[in-house]
Amino acid sequence: MENKQPLGGRLLTGPFVFFLTLLLIGAYFAVQRFTYGLGSVSNMNDGYPWGIWIALDVVVGTALACGGYTMALLTYAFNRGEYHPLVRPALLTSLFGYSLAGVSVIIDIGRYWQAYNIILPWHSNLHSVMFEVAVCIGAYCLVLWIEFAPTVLEKFKSDQLLKKLNRVLLIFIALGILLPTMHQSSLGTMMLMAGYKLSPLWRTAFLPLLFLLTALIIGFAVVIYESLFSSAAFGLPKETPLLSKLSTVAFWCLLLFMVIRLEDVNLRGYLPLAFDGSFVSNMFLLENAFLLGGLLLLMYPGNRKCPKLLFLAASCLLIGGGLYRFNTYITGFDPGNGWHYFPSVGELCITFAIVAVEILGYMWCVKRLPVLSAHQKA
Amino acid sequence: MKLKRRDFLKLSAGSGLLMAAAGPTAALARSDKKALPPDAVGILYDSTLCIGCQACMVACKTANKMPTETDDPSKRWDNPPDLSSNTLNIIKRYTNGTGATKDQEQDGYAFVKRQCMHCLDPSCVSSCPVSALTKDPKTGIVAYNKDACIGCRYCQIACPFNIPKFQWESTTPEIVKCQLCQHLMKEGKYAACCSSCPTGASLFGPMEDLIKEAKRRLHLEPGTYADFPLNQIGGGTPRTTSRMVGHYVQQLYGENEVGGTQNLLLAGVPFTKLGLPELPDEAFVRLADGIQYAIYKGMAYPLVLLGALIYMIRKGETSDNKE
Repeated sequence: MENKQPLGGRLLTGPFVFFLTLLLIGAYFAVQRFTYGLGSVSNMNDGYPWGIWIALDVVVGTALACGGYTMALLTYAFNRGEYHPLVRPALLTSLFGYSLAGVSVIIDIGRYWQAYNIILPWHSNLHSVMFEVAVCIGAYCLVLWIEFAPTVLEKFKSDQLLKKLNRVLLIFIALGILLPTMHQSSLGTMMLMAGYKLSPLWRTAFLPLLFLLTALIIGFAVVIYESLFSSAAFGLPKETPLLSKLSTVAFWCLLLFMVIRLEDVNLRGYLPLAFDGSFVSNMFLLENAFLLGGLLLLMYPGNRKCPKLLFLAASCLLIGGGLYRFNTYITGFDPGNGWHYFPSVGELCITFAIVAVEILGYMWCVKRLPVLSAHQKA
Repeated sequence: MKLKRRDFLKLSAGSGLLMAAAGPTAALARSDKKALPPDAVGILYDSTLCIGCQACMVACKTANKMPTETDDPSKRWDNPPDLSSNTLNIIKRYTNGTGATKDQEQDGYAFVKRQCMHCLDPSCVSSCPVSALTKDPKTGIVAYNKDACIGCRYCQIACPFNIPKFQWESTTPEIVKCQLCQHLMKEGKYAACCSSCPTGASLFGPMEDLIKEAKRRLHLEPGTYADFPLNQIGGGTPRTTSRMVGHYVQQLYGENEVGGTQNLLLAGVPFTKLGLPELPDEAFVRLADGIQYAIYKGMAYPLVLLGALIYMIRKGETSDNKE
């Protein structure tokens, strides 16, 4: 923990300005949404009441933010101390991913000023999957901030507070593993409610398990991705031996996922539906092609030692896993009655802005706070 | 590992926090087919009696103070294309081929009335995180409370009939749906669509009477003349009208669909042709509820998992310190 340092260096780099511009464009549309209503910015409609703000920013976004969850799981629960250098950067991306998913939700929900109703006992509906997901994600955001607090406290050298925090940190680390396990699976349960509106290629009682597994798979992939990217972008030495170990874990999770996923569709007798040539079926094939590609790449232990192939495999997992979640919420969803949905420019811009904030925040934090393991610049 | 006092305190604090966050989830319970509420009221819509005059639509808009919807710039007509945040009730028409004969699937036409079905096991009520949608324990009316609603629109995803609508153009949007003119019942009146129906196609009344009446119609001889009650049944002798018995599809739509609904339909053409989905006898919410119940029953599994996690992390920490 002691060998972590801020990277330092100039903040206002080219990429920084680029993402700042994206943020400003998104902010413009966000102002429009709050002044003229959701319909003025988004293409969502009564048939497709959820668009990319939910499907991408929340459902895919929080999976991408599962790096903190998977690393905490390996490092603390399975006591694999060797992963320790990966924990802080992963925690940081999780912190941003989850907090911004929260921001997305506030932009998305119609009556945001009443959002606190969820935790008022006389309003809470304990039967609602949405209730469980909302409370869990809210609580996890808090837990993430507390888990990350030592990094900030180290920076400001408030040793006393740090000591006190370290005493109770154990509980928060445990909650940091329990809460994502709960809400990531519930994100799958959520779409069971859609009934016949969700294509049988995605609708199954296994949805909660499959969503939990994709959270793990995407979580592992994002840590690999981020480590390789940081080494390249900030000129840090590569952490390849660690990553190849990590990719072995990812491989077994993915194998389990693929077996359940395909066997489930097959046993329910809907596999022929995947080959009827429709857009929805092709998206199913595309999603599985990416995941199978990743699986094949990771199958050979030799491949797991090569940074380039690791990068490729992690990309496959991210895209395939992301598609699985996106398809469950948007592509596979058809309310009938001729409704259509394609995100508007304003909707896309707000989503881009959310991603931009995550990247900007990450850049600022690694340069100013002790996040990444300190090494001599290569 | 010996459990020290401090550890125990940590553990119980952790559990307490979790209980506070999600503890009452213990109340989650699977339930079998829901029974009719004691004073359940509803609507029986008979497509074969409907002449498509749309008097019910006008009455509905008046009773619920809804604006007209039209492409016509003069705004004199109300001609909504479908249910919307301004239209709670609509008469739609099915046509096929020449569209010559009423209530005939081939070369015929038929009307259908769409509105909230007031399910016995409503998905919107189960899905709503803040209990903004509730089912009245007595009348069974599914009603909406804007002061609770957060606008998450999960009800729209969950409703198998695509009934709840959202005010997309408003900065203070609400969910809009038929509430069976609950506000009129306080004044001793009943659903405006039924009190305005001139042919007996829309009939208001206690659910048990409506089901009995529907079953009676299904047993009548097609082509003969019979008496049909007008507007409402259940209180005294209803006004009746003599009409020719239609060729009914032998199904009472809403009797079993998604666990039963309080809006029942009879028709002369298959219901799928009228835009009503073929649905299982169990609400989709049952499966989701069952899974949630299995996992979160008494919060036992999450708490055991939390305990195990704390134990494992603790063990890891002490072994690290020894090194």
